[in-house]
Amino acid sequence: MANILVYALHYEGAFNKNSLGAVSEAAKLAGEIGGEAHAIVLGENVPRDLAATLGRYGAKKVLVAEGPEGLAQPLVDAMAKAIADGGYSYALFGGGLLGFEIGAGLAARLGAGVVMEVTAVRAEGGKLIAERPILGDSAISEIEYRSPVGIVIGRLNAFEIRETGDADAAVEDLSFELSPQATRAKMLIRGEQRGADVDIEGADILIAGGRGLGKAEGFKLAEDLAAAFGSNAAVAATRAVVDAGWYPYAAQIGQTGKTVAPKLYLAAGISGAIQHKVGMQGSENIVAINKDANAPIFEFSDLGVVGDLNKILPKLTDAVKAKKAG
Amino acid sequence: MARDGSSNGMVVPAAFPPPVDSRKEFIKRGLDPEDELIEVGVAIVGGGTAGLACANRLLQLLGDDPEMMERLGEVPVAVVEKAKTCGGHNLSGAVMRPQPLQELFGDMSREQWREEGFAFGEVTKESVYMLTSAKTKLPVPIPAVPNFKNHGNEVVSVSALARYQQRQAEEAGAYVLTETSAAQLVVDEGRVVGVRSGDKGRGKDGEPLGNFEPGTDIKAKAVVLAEGCWGHLTGAAIKEFDLAENREPQVWELGVKEVWKVPRPLDRVIHTFVQPWPLKVAAKYGQLGGTWMYPMKDEKTGEDLVSIGFVVDLNYRDATTSAHDLLQTFKTHPLVKGILEGGERVAWGAKALPGGGYWSMPKLSMPGAVLVGDAGGMVDTAALKGVHHCIKSGMLAAESIYAALKRGSNDFSDYEDAVERSTIGTELYQVRNTRQAFQKGFLVGSLLAGPSIMSKGRVPPGRQQWHRDDAEPMFVGNTKDRYPKPDGKYVFDKLSSVFITGNATRDDAPNHIRVQKRVPREVAETWRWMCPAGVYEIPEEAPEKGEVDVIVNYTNCVQCGAITAKGGRLTTPEGGDGPLYQVT
Amino acid sequence: MKICVLVKEVPDAAVEKRLDPSTGRMDRSGEKNLNPYDTHAIEAAMQIREGGAAPVEEIVAVTMGPESAVRALHKAVSLGADRSIHLSDPVLAGSDVAATGYALAKTLETESPDLVLLGQQSDDGECYTIGAVVADHLGMPSLTQVIKMDVADGGLRCERQAEYGYDTVQVEMPAVISVGDAINEPRYPSLKAIMGAKKKPLQSMAAADAGIDTGKVGGDNSAAHWTAAKAPPAKAAGEIIEDEDTGETVEKILAWLDERKLI
Repeated sequence: MANILVYALHYEGAFNKNSLGAVSEAAKLAGEIGGEAHAIVLGENVPRDLAATLGRYGAKKVLVAEGPEGLAQPLVDAMAKAIADGGYSYALFGGGLLGFEIGAGLAARLGAGVVMEVTAVRAEGGKLIAERPILGDSAISEIEYRSPVGIVIGRLNAFEIRETGDADAAVEDLSFELSPQATRAKMLIRGEQRGADVDIEGADILIAGGRGLGKAEGFKLAEDLAAAFGSNAAVAATRAVVDAGWYPYAAQIGQTGKTVAPKLYLAAGISGAIQHKVGMQGSENIVAINKDANAPIFEFSDLGVVGDLNKILPKLTDAVKAKKAG
Repeated sequence: MARDGSSNGMVVPAAFPPPVDSRKEFIKRGLDPEDELIEVGVAIVGGGTAGLACANRLLQLLGDDPEMMERLGEVPVAVVEKAKTCGGHNLSGAVMRPQPLQELFGDMSREQWREEGFAFGEVTKESVYMLTSAKTKLPVPIPAVPNFKNHGNEVVSVSALARYQQRQAEEAGAYVLTETSAAQLVVDEGRVVGVRSGDKGRGKDGEPLGNFEPGTDIKAKAVVLAEGCWGHLTGAAIKEFDLAENREPQVWELGVKEVWKVPRPLDRVIHTFVQPWPLKVAAKYGQLGGTWMYPMKDEKTGEDLVSIGFVVDLNYRDATTSAHDLLQTFKTHPLVKGILEGGERVAWGAKALPGGGYWSMPKLSMPGAVLVGDAGGMVDTAALKGVHHCIKSGMLAAESIYAALKRGSNDFSDYEDAVERSTIGTELYQVRNTRQAFQKGFLVGSLLAGPSIMSKGRVPPGRQQWHRDDAEPMFVGNTKDRYPKPDGKYVFDKLSSVFITGNATRDDAPNHIRVQKRVPREVAETWRWMCPAGVYEIPEEAPEKGEVDVIVNYTNCVQCGAITAKGGRLTTPEGGDGPLYQVT
Repeated sequence: MKICVLVKEVPDAAVEKRLDPSTGRMDRSGEKNLNPYDTHAIEAAMQIREGGAAPVEEIVAVTMGPESAVRALHKAVSLGADRSIHLSDPVLAGSDVAATGYALAKTLETESPDLVLLGQQSDDGECYTIGAVVADHLGMPSLTQVIKMDVADGGLRCERQAEYGYDTVQVEMPAVISVGDAINEPRYPSLKAIMGAKKKPLQSMAAADAGIDTGKVGGDNSAAHWTAAKAPPAKAAGEIIEDEDTGETVEKILAWLDERKLI
């Protein structure tokens, strides 16, 4: 039976986007190889009705295991047990810190083939082939599995969430034993939010400012626009303006700053020199606003606006606010 | 000259000297206590072709003389190199005369040079052209320009050659300290007794950061300054020991180079004169330059490559003269398009070279130290040849030092005579007056250059003078109007070029460039156009005339050295910073 | 306590990474350097030693790699490791992350370390997980992305950075900890340390010396098999709007964002 065991992370009463995407993907792939997708959730007193909701994303069964939350090794033990009990050809994870740690530990435990940072999976002749970017996103590699069980670890948020219209899934308890190492780490504080840090790397939307903003105060325009988009938007900066002291280094994108790949990267007053490009070229959608029609950024932006950002940004901010409100 | 340095309405960069006192900053008086310093036999500053040739030769001599090797201690030969690896900061054309390298590595055939990856074929065909317009050219018969005769020479990459020499040196027992800069010359009672390595972990304003690591004194029985063009310690040494007494001032040239993978192999070495296009003939622009295109057959990968470069003398007067943009302009000529189009750029780089020739060479030895290679000004700019002199001078320095230390002496002055008597001296002497006439303009220079070369230097007689590059009055002209717009595929801008050098200077590294921050626009424009890496910028709101502020993006710097010629000063950067040239 | 630091030699960040057309694998010729993330791991070991909360008898650098990998070991030693181990054997060539983790774990077993430190990721493999593989083989607790680590309460109190926030975890030793680059600012080696590095003990080990089952390592035995590499899909050319009536322009931008569910 070509079943897929997929890991789902729950936190504060909900499954995160990443996990829902993983379950959706597992369900789709399982269908293509003639099997089922079963989800596994581990925690302390996991609510069964919460676990069952994974059926709406295609899981036919959800295994619930009792164990310490937020750590990888208990899940390696649980999943190894489930796989040993039989029936699974693949284990799938949606990426994220725990997905990586569990998937790698499981590969070691089972002697299984593992691929990380997977961006796409396809079925061929009843087997799965994983695709992942390599060499700094400059090429895509295809990998096949030669072991009885194959492990797929997706890139964070790479898998699309799909509600299948199915009812809740059947929930089953999984009993397993914790290995010695799994008992030797204790979670003291989980998921602390540190508001002071600007989380450039986690934001879905980045409003990035460059020299074209004219002066440090110009960043107010970027901040207003980010605020209009909401809490999943942040402000970023180029090295030139960070060097000039207009914005902090923590927000710097580029060859010597951070590398990001948000859903939307809006570059205001940025020329698009390659030192900056390498830090954001993986963004899903790139919008550029620059008054110089010859700026290199227009060569790789998805939408380019040639104009004065001092006129465009405030109007855009108002329009975004209005759209979000109404 | 007016108080603001202007002369007939034009401004002279030398009137705005950089805030640096090389004798005070780059010379340390006396060594640290014994337990704090490192002691070596011979310390070589600079792991380029010359410095490593010295190391290679020294170790050959020591290899045959174990007793002497022992006398030099645990570290008989140390090479201090500021790049991440030897070759990382090295760049040249280059078509090399083969004899000195054959002398140095007697057991190697030229075929083996190519297998090692630093040589790319013997020159069998050559052409010289004069570019008469953006679309036309005139062939120049080689007999009229014998300096460009290259039959039998070898196309090489000094960056790859240095890597090979480094491996040889290390296998023979040298300690090659990469990512290490030499920040000061240590002088005690009138003699050079060692060098001090640079600090690491300083911040933007020089303040020590959390991981600050001070440099160390390296005590040596002999110091070889092989810093290339224009070395940090070399400049200080010249002042300290009056090595430039009775010499002509040194003048410089700036070369910007690209290496391309090409669809069809180039079958010959090509040199061009670039007047009347794209440089201006009129004397008021003061421009002089030339280009090269050399075929490179890479034996390791089987690829056909072409090395292409534009060299411009830095004594020009039009502030908008930009060697990088002139190279891009040159590429638009059909002569070049026919060779490069359909290909792919794989490398870019820039480097200054000393152009003064024989009369500008400083005295080559001082108590405790000697100068080799470009640091000693040993470049024949008429023929664009210097690599073989680097190797030869390194070997001669090694022989002189070995002999002196063996007899218990630390007087290396016979090295000077050895250089004079060798092919270095004879070749440079022949072209000693060839290029000075170009200071009066391209036409005057051309009239005199030919006879000068053909008479093997007998004409013009006497000693022709040089004027300092930074003493030329600058004006903002229109050379820039010829520059093509970058398209990112064939014509490139400066920033994307800096990117492919692998320049990895840390964001909060201390600023190693000294210039006055507020200067007349003419001077600021000079720097802005001249710098191939886009280090100098003028703020958009700066006034059109009068004084402007200069923005210094020093983290772009590829350490070519041109700024030192035109009113600024490149000082010792932090070791490990800068480009990582591979095939230049 | 004995700390083992796993280090790796990787192509220098400045060298253009590319695939070797003849083997389909990463072209590893050209400049190599100690993986920058590993310098943070060595620094972390040094800070534990200098912190004094627990006596550290030895810091041992361990690497698996071809002959040239000794340079990475020299660098690790110049940064403070007392000695190093070089696991090198032709049979290991082409090992994937799981096989490499297994081989390293077997090597570490011969040293019985109290703490294994390594950098979060390597510049070339882009896998981010070898610590977890090593830990499972050794039966030790493991954490990755650790950005703060203190000896406390008989073990290690670690803070690690996850995509959902920061966790604080208490770990008993022996343990395997992968550190992120935010954990510290690595020191620069002094010239004396650099020059003295070659004199520190360096032990070479072959696969048999570490008790490695050759059937579990090497390219042919790797369970994840790379079949092909291709260029990423070309991006379609973008749209350009020239702003004349800003009100209209903004409407167009909004429509574009709406189409893509970005708003």
